[in-house]
Amino acid sequence: MKLQQLSLFLENRPGQLRAPCEALGRAGVDILTMSLADTAQFGILRLIVKEWQRAKAVLEGAGMVVNVTEVLPIEVDDRPGGLAAALAVIEEAGLGVEYMYAFAARSASGKAAIIFRFENPDLALGAVRARGLRVLDGDELVAMRT
Amino acid sequence: MSLDLPNLVFDPAEMMSRDELSTLQSSRLREFVRRAADAPLYEELFARLGFDPRAVRGSEDLSSLPLTTKEDLRRHYPLGLLAVGRERVARIHGSSGTTGKPAFVAYTRRDLKTWSGLCARFLVAGGLREEHLVHVAFGYGLFTGGFGLHAGIERVGAGIVPAAGGNTARQVMLLEDLGADVLVCTPSYALHIAEVVAELGRDPGALKLRYGHFGGEPWTEEMRAEIERRLGLVAFNNYGLSEVMGPGVAGECRERAGMHVAEDHFIVECLDPTTLKPVPDGQPGELVFTSLTKEACPVLRYRTRDIASLDRRPCPCGRTGARLSRVMGRSDDMLIIRGVNVFPSQVEEALLRVEGTAPHYLVEVSRPGALDEVVVKVEMRVQEFSDEMRQMIALRDRIDHEIHSITGVRMGVELVAPGTLERSSGKAVRVLDHRKEPARKG
Repeated sequence: MKLQQLSLFLENRPGQLRAPCEALGRAGVDILTMSLADTAQFGILRLIVKEWQRAKAVLEGAGMVVNVTEVLPIEVDDRPGGLAAALAVIEEAGLGVEYMYAFAARSASGKAAIIFRFENPDLALGAVRARGLRVLDGDELVAMRT
Repeated sequence: MSLDLPNLVFDPAEMMSRDELSTLQSSRLREFVRRAADAPLYEELFARLGFDPRAVRGSEDLSSLPLTTKEDLRRHYPLGLLAVGRERVARIHGSSGTTGKPAFVAYTRRDLKTWSGLCARFLVAGGLREEHLVHVAFGYGLFTGGFGLHAGIERVGAGIVPAAGGNTARQVMLLEDLGADVLVCTPSYALHIAEVVAELGRDPGALKLRYGHFGGEPWTEEMRAEIERRLGLVAFNNYGLSEVMGPGVAGECRERAGMHVAEDHFIVECLDPTTLKPVPDGQPGELVFTSLTKEACPVLRYRTRDIASLDRRPCPCGRTGARLSRVMGRSDDMLIIRGVNVFPSQVEEALLRVEGTAPHYLVEVSRPGALDEVVVKVEMRVQEFSDEMRQMIALRDRIDHEIHSITGVRMGVELVAPGTLERSSGKAVRVLDHRKEPARKG
């Protein structure tokens, strides 16, 4: 299932990273996983949270510029070669990967989740499923943490 | 692209050939400089500089004439420019000064006739017809806008609703109930009217406005598009300043590719504000005007502090007066970076080109080593923010490219968090110059 990921613009100076995390913390928003992409001057903080609409409102209320992007959490075997195998399928399907990052927890059955951003999430969803990859949904991600 | 408007010309002088214009300017200038010596300001100035007005044979001697500044007018307050007896003064107008006292200008009856004809020129070029009704929302008072446009409209023979300023809700009622075809006011007031129409829940489509003539302050193409969209009219720009005449110094034709200067009445120069040498056509410089026909208050090489560029190429409309670009800013805003004159408005133009609207920005100049360095901080907004890193980098590069393309200077571009640049209720602070030497006064 497609997930709504929040991305924030962060200027590269002290306090910029703490501010959104503090705002979310105060509002009781649970961050499931995150990734920080950076250049010398600025970064993009990407967050997967439990209640994305509420989190977006909280962040915008704190004066931040927030984007919402659709990403796919794909299940991958948590063993050496697991990620490569999934990527082989994705490549074979002709899908371009914009970026990816790992989900923090792993499931009891030895599976990990990798968050993928595809250029065309709807197309990618159909294509990876057709080739046997499992796309997780939000509830499954939350369950992985317990 | 020209508008679908008949090309009506109020005064055949607007179509005079450049040769005839040149000859006319020269002979008028010669006679005019002699008359200017009757004004106390010029009597004193010529004496102080040892300048002989009779030495001026024509336009070729223009650069030998001294420049006149607003400070000169202040020093000779109230009517140091008056070159005729008081009994011949038919009108006095004034502009608000930043130092408290206005700068007054006087007009003889003949000056008033010249003035109204100049306003009629641009009104007609911009669609005004006898059968139209014009809503004038300029203040009627010392400010030249109200009475100036009023007289111009009367010369065309159109009808006038002298709404003057203030009480915008009432103005909207007048526009709706009287069905004026043309609106005259400042561009920002036009936008304000549009806002009040929306606030009152009125239908802008119910207004009968077809044309608008806006001036009195610099405004952008973006603002023009917004005014046109919200009021459903075609908007024209006009330029003037009271020290030179009032509105009517220059105005757009249906091409809307610059404002034609009434060169049979004014010599226009575009000078580098520091060297005071003419800049090539198309390049920004300070506008300097010399009146050729004013009786009461002749003005010679008046420094307007307005920065614009001139275009002397032929215009499809047939008018031969040089075209002024929009005013880009004030010469007092000007920065000199690595020897190049740069205006904050140029940075704004670059941002407009990339984004369509300009976000908050700040130009910071420093000299950490031997060379000037500039960083333009641009505040992020939702519309610029992309989740993709390469798009963000591409955005920054595009801004960098446009700034370089417009100013000729390579500046660093930094994208900064929203809300971090200072806001002000007045004019926004766009420049922070950290260099130790004071900015050179142009």
